[in-house]
Amino acid sequence: MLLLECPCCGVTAEETEFHGGGEAHLKRFGPGSADEEFESYLFHRENPRGVHFERWRHVNGCGKWFHAARCTQTLEVFGTYPAQTTRPPEDLLAKIRDKRPGWSWRDFA
Amino acid sequence: MSDHRTPLGGASRDGRVRVEEMPRRGMITLRGDLSDATFAGTVTALSGTGMPGQRKVELADGGLLAWMSPDELLLVMPPEDVAGALDRIASDLSGQHHLAAEVTDARAVLRLSGEDAAVRETLGKLMPVDFAPGAFGPGDIRRTRLAQVPAAVWCVAPGDFGVICFRSVAEYVYAALTNAAAEGGAVGHY
Ligand SMILES: [Zn+2]
Repeated sequence: MLLLECPCCGVTAEETEFHGGGEAHLKRFGPGSADEEFESYLFHRENPRGVHFERWRHVNGCGKWFHAARCTQTLEVFGTYPAQTTRPPEDLLAKIRDKRPGWSWRDFA
Repeated sequence: MSDHRTPLGGASRDGRVRVEEMPRRGMITLRGDLSDATFAGTVTALSGTGMPGQRKVELADGGLLAWMSPDELLLVMPPEDVAGALDRIASDLSGQHHLAAEVTDARAVLRLSGEDAAVRETLGKLMPVDFAPGAFGPGDIRRTRLAQVPAAVWCVAPGDFGVICFRSVAEYVYAALTNAAAEGGAVGHY
């Protein structure tokens, strides 16, 4: 069971109040992109054992989307942050470096 | 004019707590910039209350003004006042980004009343929310999950809570609440 804090309305709730929205920080490749880019955008996803970044929606609450950083192995939630960003906030990355030395996830480490 | 029927026809049941459908209320969903002075001024003039803070509800005679999300409010008033309120919102906020939609007959409003601890326990059986008196008190509102459907719950006073849900799930919510409130279901948590 995950306990997530929605950064939009400030509620901390268990995961049944939310809905997972898949991997975070995907860059869309649409018309005009190379086949490899489009394929990667559609199908290639991270499946880590450890640090992971996801989109979540507070579907039974305020209805807003946000981001969450968590550990898939221990279900520890490192933090949540607003949806309107292309990368996690620096203080959250520092916190993860502290807790999981040597971790990496796509371009983040 | 056609007769309006509330989703549950005014149903009520007495168990450990009383569960009842409230008489028909006028309701307007509002979206906009809650920090904007014109928006706030119009809304509070209609509600007769202050602006609600985050996850708060302002109670008024015959209505309320509830914070529903960072850009959404729910305005509850007597049904006969809704048309005039929509006119006022449209004229005051013309040219300004906002949305106002009447949801009077799209929602069901219920009330739970009785011994405070029993009411909190009834709600706590169905919602993943901490209903301890120190965590949820008068003037607090929370949108959450009631069993398997979305709902909002607010505290008017100790032993007096409101619940709002979509009309389409009103019977489900009523059945879930009355079951949770049935005699013999005491857990003694609160
Ligand atoms: Zn939220």
